[in-house]
Amino acid sequence: MKMDSLPSPLQSGEMIDTQTMSTAISTGAGGNPAPVAAVRHIGKRFPGVVANDDISLDFNAGEIHVLLGENGAGKSTLIGILAGMQQPDAGDILIDGAKVRLGSPRESLDHGIGTVFQHVLLVPSLTVIENLMLGGSWWQKLARSAALARFRELSDLLGVTLDADALVGKLSLGEQQQVEIMRALWRGEKILILDEPTSMLTPQGVKDLGEVMRRLRSKGVALILITHKLAEAYELGDRISVLRLGRSVGAIAPDERRVMTEQQVTDRVIAMMFGAATPTDAAAAELLVGRAEGRRARREVDRSGAPRLRVTQIATAADRGACPLHDVTFDLWPGEVLGVAGIDGNGQKHLAEALAGQRKITSGTVCLDGADITAAAVPVRRQAGIRYVTDERLGEGTVGAFSVATNLLLKEIGSAPFWRRGMTDWTRIHDHAREKIQDHDIRTPSEKTPIGKLSGGNIQKVLLARELANDAGVVIFNKPTYGLDLQNTRLAHERIVESAGHGLGTIVISTDLDELLEVSDRIGVMYQGRLVGIVENGPEVELAIGKLMTGQVSS
Amino acid sequence: MSIDALPLTQDRTRELLAAIARVAVPILLALAVGGAILLILGKNPLTYYGYVVQRGLLSWGGFQETMTRMAPLLLIAAGLIVAFRAGIWNLGGDGQYLLAAVVTAALAPALIETLPRGLTLLICMIASVAVAAAWSLIPALLKARYGINEIITSLMMSFLGTSFANVLVKLFFRDPATTVPQTRSLEVVDRLPRIFGTNVHSGILIALAVVILVHLMMTRTAFGLRLQIVGANPAAAVHAGLKVGWLTVATFALSAGLIGLAGSVEILGVWGTVRADWNPAYGLLVVPLVFLARFNGIAVIGFALFFSVLMIGGESASRRIGVPQDFVLMLVGLLLVFLALVEYLDHLRRKRAGV
Amino acid sequence: MSELLTQPFLISLLFGAVTAGVPLLLAGLGEQISEKAGVLNIGIEGMMLFGAYTGFVAAYYSGSFWMGFLAGGLGGMLVASVVVLLCIRQGLNQIVIGIALTIGAEGLTALLHFFQFSKTYPRLDKAPVLEIPGLASIPVIGPALFSHNIVVYLAVGLVVFLGWLFRASYVGLNLEAAGAKPAALDAAGISVVATRSMAVLSTGFLAGLGGAYLANVGAGLFVPFMTHGAGFIGIVLAMLARGRPVWVLLGAILFGVSLAMTTALQVAGVNVPTDVVQMLPFAMVMLVLVIFARHSVLPPALGLPYVRGDR
Repeated sequence: MKMDSLPSPLQSGEMIDTQTMSTAISTGAGGNPAPVAAVRHIGKRFPGVVANDDISLDFNAGEIHVLLGENGAGKSTLIGILAGMQQPDAGDILIDGAKVRLGSPRESLDHGIGTVFQHVLLVPSLTVIENLMLGGSWWQKLARSAALARFRELSDLLGVTLDADALVGKLSLGEQQQVEIMRALWRGEKILILDEPTSMLTPQGVKDLGEVMRRLRSKGVALILITHKLAEAYELGDRISVLRLGRSVGAIAPDERRVMTEQQVTDRVIAMMFGAATPTDAAAAELLVGRAEGRRARREVDRSGAPRLRVTQIATAADRGACPLHDVTFDLWPGEVLGVAGIDGNGQKHLAEALAGQRKITSGTVCLDGADITAAAVPVRRQAGIRYVTDERLGEGTVGAFSVATNLLLKEIGSAPFWRRGMTDWTRIHDHAREKIQDHDIRTPSEKTPIGKLSGGNIQKVLLARELANDAGVVIFNKPTYGLDLQNTRLAHERIVESAGHGLGTIVISTDLDELLEVSDRIGVMYQGRLVGIVENGPEVELAIGKLMTGQVSS
Repeated sequence: MSIDALPLTQDRTRELLAAIARVAVPILLALAVGGAILLILGKNPLTYYGYVVQRGLLSWGGFQETMTRMAPLLLIAAGLIVAFRAGIWNLGGDGQYLLAAVVTAALAPALIETLPRGLTLLICMIASVAVAAAWSLIPALLKARYGINEIITSLMMSFLGTSFANVLVKLFFRDPATTVPQTRSLEVVDRLPRIFGTNVHSGILIALAVVILVHLMMTRTAFGLRLQIVGANPAAAVHAGLKVGWLTVATFALSAGLIGLAGSVEILGVWGTVRADWNPAYGLLVVPLVFLARFNGIAVIGFALFFSVLMIGGESASRRIGVPQDFVLMLVGLLLVFLALVEYLDHLRRKRAGV
Repeated sequence: MSELLTQPFLISLLFGAVTAGVPLLLAGLGEQISEKAGVLNIGIEGMMLFGAYTGFVAAYYSGSFWMGFLAGGLGGMLVASVVVLLCIRQGLNQIVIGIALTIGAEGLTALLHFFQFSKTYPRLDKAPVLEIPGLASIPVIGPALFSHNIVVYLAVGLVVFLGWLFRASYVGLNLEAAGAKPAALDAAGISVVATRSMAVLSTGFLAGLGGAYLANVGAGLFVPFMTHGAGFIGIVLAMLARGRPVWVLLGAILFGVSLAMTTALQVAGVNVPTDVVQMLPFAMVMLVLVIFARHSVLPPALGLPYVRGDR
């Protein structure tokens, strides 16, 4: 009875019910008792959207239950409900067969449901152990030694080694995730929910996470894994449930799953996700699977001429914790797509900004068609043909409260024919916007609609319309499909390949390796602000890229 | 029934009513709570408000005073609109206003001895605008360079400026002929001309012209649009290649300059001199006015009239009814709270309607 | 210079510095709590002024300084509760409400004071003094630093207490998280709204107490608008102290000295216009800000309302 003897790091005398552990231990993997947790007929509406519609699922001890679905399928809402962040409009949540109300994250934690969210929810200015102790009531004494005991216990359980006194802000994303898992299990290891946990990790990090998950499964924890990647679902899932447009559209039970091949699982899931496969959906499905067949037919890039863009040993200065660039050098030829891979936060943002002209280059040079543009500001570079499609569409790409029309000209303010002697010609601006809306199939009530009211896909279309307009020569895409649904993702990929076909030099920065493998001719890898290597895209390059991503420089 | 199901005209009417309510409700609430406080203090609120309207709006003499008071209010409002639209909290109005006033009061009597009246007035205004703009430079640069919160720095500079203005009056520009420390006086004939034989000086015309120009600048020019982008989303401004630092400094200078113009016009039109320890403290008072008008340069004219009536009536009431002028200050504070509250409730209503 | 450094001058300067510095210290510590939790409490000037008024009135009518301090703290808390209701719970703009509260408190206290006392400014008796046995008899230092009202010692004790609280208690962890990453606190099962509300109410109490000390001990009377930016200086102190209470103390001493300069110089027979001296603390603030511009640190989530699910 390990839990009983634990000198309560669980604070406040709210003891974990010892039942948690005993149930977990008695069941073990493969047993088939009543589910540890279940949702029944869950419904949740947001203004204009039905996020969850009559969803019923079981979660068993010692089982990894994968929830699969594309963006907007309702996965995150369901997780929010289980984590106590949101309340369902209809349906019940059962824990150990009893109905419960999860009115707040605290109640959820008290029921032994721990959640690791997609975005890191740790305080970077606190240490590991402080982050884990977070959540105690104010009248209690800080129970550091008890917390350390629990920390060591969970370290053993997870099989990881972390420094309890390290500042969380200094840890790698993989380590931060381990801290998050510990926190999720802190008050009892009954149910662990992982929301797209691999999106920020290196290939090695993904492998380590898989290890941890299997370990926890063998200890009787019920794991819920949310992902949109089929390969992951196959690799880790005992039970796979597919969500689509807020509904649960099908599941593969563990006994079935055990006897199926990867191909069979894939086909079943795709059938569930798209119903009868139309041609559009087939393409989308390929994307989802990320199979090699999805990669585009490679064209030969003519590298005999002068490069369009020549970047030589550029560096930037550190700024608010973002990783600066050191000694980045590469060439980009017309018609070429250069992918830039790397774990988020290794200098990609600085690279994009330095090339676009919105970040000062402290040393080195950037030449466009032979002309030195190192010191040129954004408008000059834009004039010269350098365009930047940012990943922060509403954060910096657009002004949410301003009209679509204004946002389409955000980088042209003051220039003819829309402005003359500094005076605005609104008629012309609105005419121009209507034209672009038609050409780029932007779905908006009118050109005067504030852009913040449009969907992510349509905002992206506005950005593409703006950046690819007129004489674009080099286009930088930063995470071009982040947050888009499959349809829009496919559209964005087509635009990238198409514009490269027209002779543009294209740089695609992405943390999604599958995406880069699909669109790039060459793939460079960023690691700690350096471009540590560039490889030709082709079969079997993943391994080389994976090594580069963790800083193992290959020759 | 959802909003979408309503016929368009009804929808429009509803939105218009909502727009009126957004302004009227906070004003009425503030007046009601203010009235309740008067009641507690043993004064009849109806008598008070009635007197304020009678004195500030309906009597000829009071109306002229109201018009006169509108000039500084409008100019300060214009200055705040420029800043707030650009997302900059210039709360240093008092310091900027007073320093500009002192510069005008120091220059005018000296210049008028050699220069014609028109030129004197013009030079005074320009010099005041320049000094006020310069006073905003440190907060502007600190914000542009290091991102230091301008609320605090502009307030500090305001306190500093208020005291500095006093030092200037007492130590440097003091008129030796007077017992109470004050600057030399500009003769009434040399001040801003009156309008058509009334007591209202032409400063109100300058103010109206300026506020309309500022409105046009904000809505019809590239510069205005750039300012608003910096205000609405600074990151987007950087992304679009705008010179955010320069725009921040320019906005601050323009905002402070307009507030300085208010101080200059008030001296040239009304007082002709600055007495030591004079501080009308309009800087924060005009903030709610600008919010009521939703940063709209045309709407601000109506609200400036409202505030002006309140102030002139209130000043008179403090002598006649025995309710000090501070009541108006409290009323303005209440107004700002209720304004924010009503705005918030309206926001909730819209969100629920899914608009 | 040597004739300036006489005993009476030094005593007057140091004693004055402590008296002038304590309200700033209390306001700065209070603001620090709010800022740590992610609330930019611009209304602290209003809280201080209202506390000065309620503190004075309570002390005046009850004849008890203790009642005065208590009423001052509660008065500040009352104003702070508006921030809690409107900004913390409903997410209204903290700056707008802060300005409104400052203007409103200025108007209301002046109004109430007028109706009670018309244009007279009644004085309180001299505040009780606690002479620290032994230390108080040291020449110069003793009368200057160790014979003050008990609130002074409490305020210094508070510096130590807060230093401990921020570093080694759940409150400290929760405050830090509420300011640096509110979503993390929420996910850990602690209400961000409750944490911030507590923080703002504490700020209100300390600011009100500071105001009451200013009125009852510092001046011995209440004058409308008497805080004259002390609350705002408190914000600057908190901004520059980077979450460390001891830096607030050092800053408060610095500003206290510059405020005390007038009286001290008058004691020494040097006559400087009050306006010049009144400029000193603000000039000091600007100087410090210009010099340490790049070192001021504010929590990432400062001023932003927390809405669960927003990122």
